[in-house]
Amino acid sequence: MKLFKSLLAATAVAAVCIAAPAQAEDKRIALVVKALGIGFFEAAAKGAEEAAKELGDVEIIYTGPTDTTAEGQIEVINALIAQKVDAIAISANDQDALVPALKKAMDRGITVISWDSGVAPEGRQLHLNPSSNPLIGNMIIKLAADHLPDGGDVAVLSASATATNQNIWIEEMNKVKGNYPGINVVATVYGDDLADKSYREAQGLMQTYPDLKAIIAPTSVGIVAAAQAVSDAEKAGQINVTGLGLPSEMAGHIESGASKSFAIWNPIDLGYSATMLAYNLATGKAEAAPGAEIEMGRMGKLELNDNNEGAMADPFVYDSSNINDFKDIF
Amino acid sequence: MSLATHQASTGRQIPDRLKTPLRRFLASWELLLLCVAVAVFILNSFASPYFLDPWNLSDATYNFTEKAMIAFAMALLIISGEIDLSVASIIALASTAMGFALQLGAETPLLILTGLGVGLLCGAFNGFLVTGLGLPSIVVTIGTMSLFRGISYIVLGDKAYTGYPSEFGFFGQGYVWWVITFELVLFAVTAVIFAILLHRTNFGRAVFAIGNNPVGALFSGIRVTRVKFALFLLTGLMSGVAAICLTSRLGATRPSIAFGWELEVVTMVVLGGVSILGGSGSIPGVAIAAFVMGMVTFGFGLLNVPGIVMSIFIGLLLIAVIALPRIVRQILARRKA
Repeated sequence: MKLFKSLLAATAVAAVCIAAPAQAEDKRIALVVKALGIGFFEAAAKGAEEAAKELGDVEIIYTGPTDTTAEGQIEVINALIAQKVDAIAISANDQDALVPALKKAMDRGITVISWDSGVAPEGRQLHLNPSSNPLIGNMIIKLAADHLPDGGDVAVLSASATATNQNIWIEEMNKVKGNYPGINVVATVYGDDLADKSYREAQGLMQTYPDLKAIIAPTSVGIVAAAQAVSDAEKAGQINVTGLGLPSEMAGHIESGASKSFAIWNPIDLGYSATMLAYNLATGKAEAAPGAEIEMGRMGKLELNDNNEGAMADPFVYDSSNINDFKDIF
Repeated sequence: MSLATHQASTGRQIPDRLKTPLRRFLASWELLLLCVAVAVFILNSFASPYFLDPWNLSDATYNFTEKAMIAFAMALLIISGEIDLSVASIIALASTAMGFALQLGAETPLLILTGLGVGLLCGAFNGFLVTGLGLPSIVVTIGTMSLFRGISYIVLGDKAYTGYPSEFGFFGQGYVWWVITFELVLFAVTAVIFAILLHRTNFGRAVFAIGNNPVGALFSGIRVTRVKFALFLLTGLMSGVAAICLTSRLGATRPSIAFGWELEVVTMVVLGGVSILGGSGSIPGVAIAAFVMGMVTFGFGLLNVPGIVMSIFIGLLLIAVIALPRIVRQILARRKA
């Protein structure tokens, strides 16, 4: 009995400590993530705090379930509805299962947007994609061209031949390659997103094309394998490996020079933009409708398509100047 | 009541609760839980201005209704000395089967039958392995926990079944009257049914008898395997009911549905005063425990306490509840000496 009482007392104390007084006039924006304790989302929360500081009258509630389940997120959403928060910005664990709960939130006057991982259109006002296919297609060839002022041969190391995302990006890249004169795409090979196969394909490219200047790998598995193959062949500095990768996996290759730069979305910018969008919708400064353009502070404007979806920006470029800030994040 | 007195008059009495120095204390377990529930309620109302709102409280009941429905059946199973850890996986399989039936064009009544049927089948499978082959239930149900969910993963992979008919949504989203949800009514009805079943029928007496002394129960003419098989069926059936409610509430089926619920269900049962060793416990206790857990998690949610802190708190609560009787018993024994 005594133990129980002290347990309750402890809860009461904890509850009082946690219930930090919130200023009544602040806009409360909840950043709901797939699960707590994931570096990518912690970084997004940092971006949200940055936006809150810039806006001034915003309180960020960074929350999410312990497991990446829809049920866990629904419990969180119900608690947020109960608190009458002004906006919910969510990276969804399930694009369909969250719809009833988020619809209820919208019925009660809460602004709902999804970011990173989307919710079906009827469950949110808009969805913020980190980037778009044309932007990615352009970025991957631009990364190679930036370090080849005199042009040269480049090759693409993709995932599998049937990988939808990669095929679209390569197609988009081919559409804009005329803008990069002198850059000559000599081959596209497939490593099937397997480390060893990608490694062998990269070796094959180096043997077949002795003048190869860059390998573009729009896959996080392929880019690491290709960089390793270039390092092992002692061609770091001669052949630049670039594409889409994760800072934590690429840090070593940036240091060795096998890769001069690569790109991926920036979670800090993503959290920042989601907060800005939620704020502008919640305060009535903007409306989510097809064709609308909504301000997102330093990230410019989000243009919505017919599905009320928009792309934030070009993928963010990581090189030796900033890799150390991000390699521990994701 | 008449059944119990009848049995008492024939000279063979099996106590609801173990006779220990703690008997009086245990007898008031429900009262203690009720005090905790009231305390949680009051603390929550002070901690958050949003707690005492009928609609919010109505939303909060979803935190425990589905789990509690399984917990009632699980309470009987644990009292009889067995356990079923596959309940959350049965939800996944039943929900997947309903989604599959939907794809084939099934209407709401057939969807419900599918959910209940798959729940019963899974329960029967567990029951057969435990009572038919004599395997320990904890091992069997850890196995079927992987098996049932595994089938869901094979069928669905990373896809989802969606597009449930709107009338099907009533079970998990509908209101019977004002803020009273259908699930809350179902929770209350199942609580009453299980309370009667456990505390007012021969079957309930048999469950207590088996939990206290299975061999003794067998020699007293109780068909132990038959009762246990029925309990597994019942647990499977209630998992099917929970699957219908949850699927209806989510409006979608994914293989990760209800992941990790088995532990929360067992926590509810133990917090409700059911001895994990079997032989004692009560349905009102489990119902109040479900309410306490639901209100604690909702209260924490309102304060935006991270989920991991909630898990820590629930874990501490469980350990405290199990340790408490033991500690009190030791103190009492010392006083006597």
